[in-house]
Amino acid sequence: MGQLKAKDYKSGVKPIWCPGCGDYAVLNALTKAFAGLEIPHEEIVVASGIGCSSRFPAFIKTYGFHGVHGRPLPLATGIKLGNPDLTVVAVGGDGDGFSIGGGHMPHAARRNIDITYIVMDNSIYGMTKGQPSPTSPTGMHRKAAPYGTQETPLNPIMMALSYNASFVARCFSNKLKEMTDIIMQAIQHPGFAFIQVLSPCITFNDTYAHYREITQLIPEDHDTSDLAAALQLALVTDTQYLGVFYHDKERLGYCERVRMVQEAAPKMSLDAIIENYKR
Amino acid sequence: MTQTESTVVVRVGGEGGEGTITIGDIFSRIAARAGLEVYSFRTYPSEIKGGQVLYQARIGTQRVMSEGDEADVLVAMNQQAWTECNDHLCSMSTLIYDTNAVEVPESYGGVTYPIPATEIATDLDWARGKNFVLLGALTCLFNFDWEMTKAVVERRMQRHKDTLTKNLAALRKGYEYIQEHYTAPFDHALPLPDPDTIEERILITGAEAMAMGALAAGCQFYSGYPITPATPIMETLAKYLPSFGGTLVQAEDEIASINMIIGAAFAGKKAMTATSGPGFSLMIEALGLAGITEVPIVLVNVQRAGPSTGLPTKTSQGDLFLTLYGGHGDAPRFVIAPDSVKDCYYSMINAFSLAEYFQTPVIVLSDQAMASRLETMPWDTKLWNPVLERRLPTEEELAEDYRRYKDTEDGISSMALPGMSGGIYLAESLEHNEYGYPDQDPANHEKMMKKRAKKTETARKLLKDWASTARRWGEEDAAFGIIGWGSTRGAVREAMDLLQKRGIKVEAIYPHTLLPMPDEAMLSFFKHKKAVLVPELNFSSQLARMVEHRYYKALYKLNIQFHTLAKEQGVPFKVQEICDAVVKMIAEEEGC
Ligand SMILES: Cc1ncc(C[n+]2csc(CCOP(=O)(O)OP(=O)(O)O)c2C)c(N)n1
Ligand code: SF4
Ligand SMILES: [Mg+2]
Repeated sequence: MGQLKAKDYKSGVKPIWCPGCGDYAVLNALTKAFAGLEIPHEEIVVASGIGCSSRFPAFIKTYGFHGVHGRPLPLATGIKLGNPDLTVVAVGGDGDGFSIGGGHMPHAARRNIDITYIVMDNSIYGMTKGQPSPTSPTGMHRKAAPYGTQETPLNPIMMALSYNASFVARCFSNKLKEMTDIIMQAIQHPGFAFIQVLSPCITFNDTYAHYREITQLIPEDHDTSDLAAALQLALVTDTQYLGVFYHDKERLGYCERVRMVQEAAPKMSLDAIIENYKR
Repeated sequence: MTQTESTVVVRVGGEGGEGTITIGDIFSRIAARAGLEVYSFRTYPSEIKGGQVLYQARIGTQRVMSEGDEADVLVAMNQQAWTECNDHLCSMSTLIYDTNAVEVPESYGGVTYPIPATEIATDLDWARGKNFVLLGALTCLFNFDWEMTKAVVERRMQRHKDTLTKNLAALRKGYEYIQEHYTAPFDHALPLPDPDTIEERILITGAEAMAMGALAAGCQFYSGYPITPATPIMETLAKYLPSFGGTLVQAEDEIASINMIIGAAFAGKKAMTATSGPGFSLMIEALGLAGITEVPIVLVNVQRAGPSTGLPTKTSQGDLFLTLYGGHGDAPRFVIAPDSVKDCYYSMINAFSLAEYFQTPVIVLSDQAMASRLETMPWDTKLWNPVLERRLPTEEELAEDYRRYKDTEDGISSMALPGMSGGIYLAESLEHNEYGYPDQDPANHEKMMKKRAKKTETARKLLKDWASTARRWGEEDAAFGIIGWGSTRGAVREAMDLLQKRGIKVEAIYPHTLLPMPDEAMLSFFKHKKAVLVPELNFSSQLARMVEHRYYKALYKLNIQFHTLAKEQGVPFKVQEICDAVVKMIAEEEGC
């Protein structure tokens, strides 16, 4: 096998995305990361929910699972536990992950399941044609919110940090190189890695210019093992910091813990168990 | 009286939290240890403490099929146990009660054993031990050996070491109280078999039997969320799965549970979950996902009564429609309905075989009564049916143009597992082509719907040769029939015995696979029938409606009348209710 290239990981199926959609950059970054890490195609599974962003698995040449809306995390958790040798990446949108599926992230973080979760956050429901999402700004006007939204947006990085996820990062579709590098770190992290990608929906919420203006790389002296410092950076919203906020390198991944339980369990046959039920 | 002489029904009633269930459960185990057959029933409120609880153990010298209608022996721990049960007692019944808690009117004509249980326990400085005083008395009356009684209590209470000595003292006092005060033989004592000749059997709940069946089938992954009355399945597997190299995850909710098992099964493991109505309702969307992506999963639905939260600790068969039809867009699935604790074990093995072989979700329907009751069963590892496995792609298939969802003659296509090179595919919740890629073409949609549906017809053919896809009892040429499903079988079979003694001939059929239905057996059953009774523990006679709908042509041609007996009270059928309904059906049909 010669040097793997990003394009070797593309399925050849033409993405359904609008030209200029931020999700193309994520596809490029993820395929580059796979190539960079030289992971064999068949040892990767990409699982997703429902939305424009969740159509992802069809465009990539690995095993894939396009599930139901909001459930890529439990799906990916089951896949990883079903075969811990696989590299498992869960992908989806902001509606998928923070609205309908919002109940799953704390538990993926709590388990520290060894998967990478990439949320393509466009602060809009792209697939259903432009309704406000949990990360849309207050006062956003859309057909479903003709008088402007009344809610304050969620802060996904704050959420992930407060769930104590062991790897938390933010990327921007306009910064491919940085995104590729962070995805590679996330895949290598033995635990739950969360990446929020600011991935503009060019059709229903074009935020490219806005993000270009307000994004800034996390200062180089930030200590990624310092949760309080990470929270400080996450609290800043007028500037959206890009990079790794937090990385706990000590914590054991869930697969390792499960393996330890299995190893410690007494070896038993069904007949031995049945002995307990004999009168 | 519907009880036969070879069985005795013992009912223990008391306040929840007083240890009523504990002594009922231990009594069942002592009886089983003594070589008797056991069948128990328990009902309790959903609060942990408080509320009236009832434990009924029917013990016998031959296989016991139901919990029995009336109590032969009532152990009353509080007044309510007496007032609630006295109309279920007959003149032959015996009452054992705590004189410090129960007042029995002098007019009561049955035999009584008044025991100052609270007083005895208080003298031991252990007032809470009054339940064990009563248990001691009860076991002595049945002539159960003291050492054996003590050994069972020690084993069951080993996790409560701090109170074990006190409880054993209370047990002993109760045992001695009978020895000292009552020398005449106890009317209900059963002949006990010689300990050396007792056939090897196990005493197990329906929930535990399902967990054992799952282990026997090779289940390697379980994800579930706690819910009464399904939790004991999860707790049993939690203990043993790691020993088999398996994994159990307590998920954050039922939606996560089912999505996790779909993931694990996609990755190659045999995977399952268990839940009850509210949780099953939440799983419906992902049930369709497993159907369209053709991922084998096994779901257990331990039914409980009523809509919404309903009656969480009571039994019902009200989820049949949800299980058969719940979901959008004609999602394929199979449904199995075991009808005894023993059957729970084998049904799980069959469920995994069907799920894996056909790459289709399989739902096993149990209920609160069957899951929580203890039953003795012979332990025999011989399987009823062959264990079937998932069809994996051959090397040739993987070497060229592998199609995960290839439209084959039997509807089954080989399933590549992640890690297999050459097998890369997309498990797609959108309608897809043979490779798994989205495809909205009308002809493709129809073709793939047919492909998935074909598996049901293939299964129907295969199941014809399987043991127990439909069970029949009674005489085939009987003009009157009973069609039932699930845990009502015991009451129905006992009713048939009683009817037969009165010269009334009936035949019963219990389909075990409700999807696909065993058509051949059903049509053969209908052949000589004039009318059939369909007794079910639900409000709207769901099985009757389904059967009428499926076989309307045959029923019309043979002019068979349907009579329903729908009971949705949260409790099982009484044998007498079935008998009465059969007699009424015959009277109506014969116009007298
Ligand atoms: C249970 C369910 N409810 C609603 C939908 C409709 N639906 C499809 S995609 C979507 C929103 C997707 O938004 P997001 O996750 O942000 O993805 P995007 O399209 O923006 O990438 C909705 C509501 C669905 N498919 N399933
Ligand atoms: S609608 Fe928006 S999110 Fe969807 S593909 Fe187009 S640009 Fe991307
Ligand atoms: Mg979105």
